[in-house]
Amino acid sequence: MVKKGLERPGPFTTVSGVPIERVYSAEHIRDLDYDKDLDDPGEPPYTRGIYPNMYRGKPWTIRQFSGFGTAAETNERYHYLLKHGQTGLSVAFHLPTLMGIDSDHPMSEGEVGKCGVAIDSLADMEVLFKGIPLDKISTSMTTNAPAAIIWSMYLVVAEKEGVDWKNLRGTIQNDILKEYIAQKTYIFPPRPSMKLIVDTFEFGTKHVPQWNTISISGYHIREAGSTALQELAFTLYDGIEYVEWARRAGLDIDEFAPRLSFFFNAHNDLFEEIAKYRAARKVWYKVMTERFQCKNPRSAVLRFHTQTAGCALTAQQPYNNIVRVAIQALAGVLGGTQSLHTNSLDETLALPTEHAARIGLRTQQIIAHESGITNTVDPLGGSYFLERLTLDMEKGCWDYFERLDSMGGMVNAIEQGYPQREIQEAAYVYQKAIERKEKIIVGVNEFVMEEEPPIDILLIDESAADRQIDQLRRLRATRDNERVRASLAQLKKAATDGSVNMMPSILDCVRAYATLGEICDELRAVYGTYEEPIF
Amino acid sequence: MNERLRVLVAKPGLDGHDRGAKVIARAFRDAGFEVIYTGLRQTPEQIVNAALQEDADVVGLSVLSGAHMTLCTRIMELMKKEGLSEVLVVVGGIIPDQDVPKLNALGISEVFQPGASTEDIVKYVREHARKE
Repeated sequence: MVKKGLERPGPFTTVSGVPIERVYSAEHIRDLDYDKDLDDPGEPPYTRGIYPNMYRGKPWTIRQFSGFGTAAETNERYHYLLKHGQTGLSVAFHLPTLMGIDSDHPMSEGEVGKCGVAIDSLADMEVLFKGIPLDKISTSMTTNAPAAIIWSMYLVVAEKEGVDWKNLRGTIQNDILKEYIAQKTYIFPPRPSMKLIVDTFEFGTKHVPQWNTISISGYHIREAGSTALQELAFTLYDGIEYVEWARRAGLDIDEFAPRLSFFFNAHNDLFEEIAKYRAARKVWYKVMTERFQCKNPRSAVLRFHTQTAGCALTAQQPYNNIVRVAIQALAGVLGGTQSLHTNSLDETLALPTEHAARIGLRTQQIIAHESGITNTVDPLGGSYFLERLTLDMEKGCWDYFERLDSMGGMVNAIEQGYPQREIQEAAYVYQKAIERKEKIIVGVNEFVMEEEPPIDILLIDESAADRQIDQLRRLRATRDNERVRASLAQLKKAATDGSVNMMPSILDCVRAYATLGEICDELRAVYGTYEEPIF
Repeated sequence: MNERLRVLVAKPGLDGHDRGAKVIARAFRDAGFEVIYTGLRQTPEQIVNAALQEDADVVGLSVLSGAHMTLCTRIMELMKKEGLSEVLVVVGGIIPDQDVPKLNALGISEVFQPGASTEDIVKYVREHARKE
């Protein structure tokens, strides 16, 4: 017998505050049944991964989120990233676009091209994808409240280039629930927003069959300060809510469910994060097969994108972020992600420079080609510790689901402020733990340097806003304004009707070069806007 | 101090990232301050108007979208115009080093960048509010 050694005072907890024991053994996973809880990769409940071969077949898609300034500048960055081995595109839009207003709107002042690319109309979208083969590259677009409109712009660009919609691959984030919960980039109230989303599900199933019409996102929930479990539980429950609404609208679950995709955060705690991804697949499998009784096996398979945690990076000693990102990215890969964005070292200061973005990209290439972890599937499967964490993560999900069910679903829970308050509380607890030094953040509350050499950051050219507004005014003066008016009137009619799919009318507005702001104004007039109560 | 400090926490611009605003609002409350949170997407006019109506001693602005120079310039102009120059204004968010002196020149007393602790912010506000 060896005596128990001395231990630091602790607490020994995950980033999310979950207590961790000194050592894990077979005792801790006595309730684990291999066939029922794990099974082999590619087999239900998919805990170990959705494909039998995983990265031995095809590596994950390297998809760096990027966009700034005007469409022309961002297009140049896309060509740069593709040249350096990136395998898919991911568009970051500026805030006016995300909020459905044009670049010359008074609220857009100071925001144009700042945290993403300025897109006001189809004309900008044509420039954004210039020289990019849309039938070969898959594109993810981070847009939520106006997702149906932005997607329509992409579809019309493809149409004009003669690319069959059936060959388009990509994703629109289109997840409004997490906007009310966490990121707060909403326009319309929940109910009409849910209708627009269901319309995209229906349209995509019929006309753009390879497109992921939603990316149900935990990323922003985590960035807002949630725990890993809250991120997982609220995200999967958002998924349940979308399925419920789509079914109520008469859609066949086995037609749209295979196109649902997910998006998770990769925070600092390696094992907690890996457990989260493994539990996600298992819980979703059970939800789809047991709660919704899906028949198509693909309906029950959870595919996800991962982005490393922006909120875990530090402005202090920013080069340390390269190491953090590598560990976080490792969690995503060990958790079986389908695509990955690695943050740049300078993200707490500004949008990334080309140099910083390249290091992010290279981090993924090093993991893929040098680390050896892609040689086998779910290399950590069977670890006493990881399997215990995975089981506990699953159990925690069912507990949250029960509470959310009893509140009448996620839209109701949001209206009562429940997930918002849970996240706020977790964010405060986390901040306090850092200030008490229960959690050490290198360079922030320990190992601090007084004088740090400054690093170069990307400065957004302020003239981008002027150029964007000039282009927008020129467009309004030169397009067929009669056609614009007619298409907007038709859109309003469809929105007022409330029973027809909105996509055909939106596509017509886009084809006429109606601006995003004009289209959203029509919808705002019918649907109203959402104001968050202060919780 | 006889009366509790009144702090207006505000989110100007289109940015919806309110984690920092909510955390600092709670830290101010826990420190015994009276806190008014404006909610999201306030125009400079709305914020200055709220500071006036609420008789704020302190205005704390949170901006993470990169629009801080435009928004803060406008807010400080309006503060001056409304005779609120004695109100302590502090800013938190994604603010690059090179913008800090520019914000100070506008009359913003202190800029809290990522990693700032709520304790330091509370301490600063306690020491500097109602001093000018």
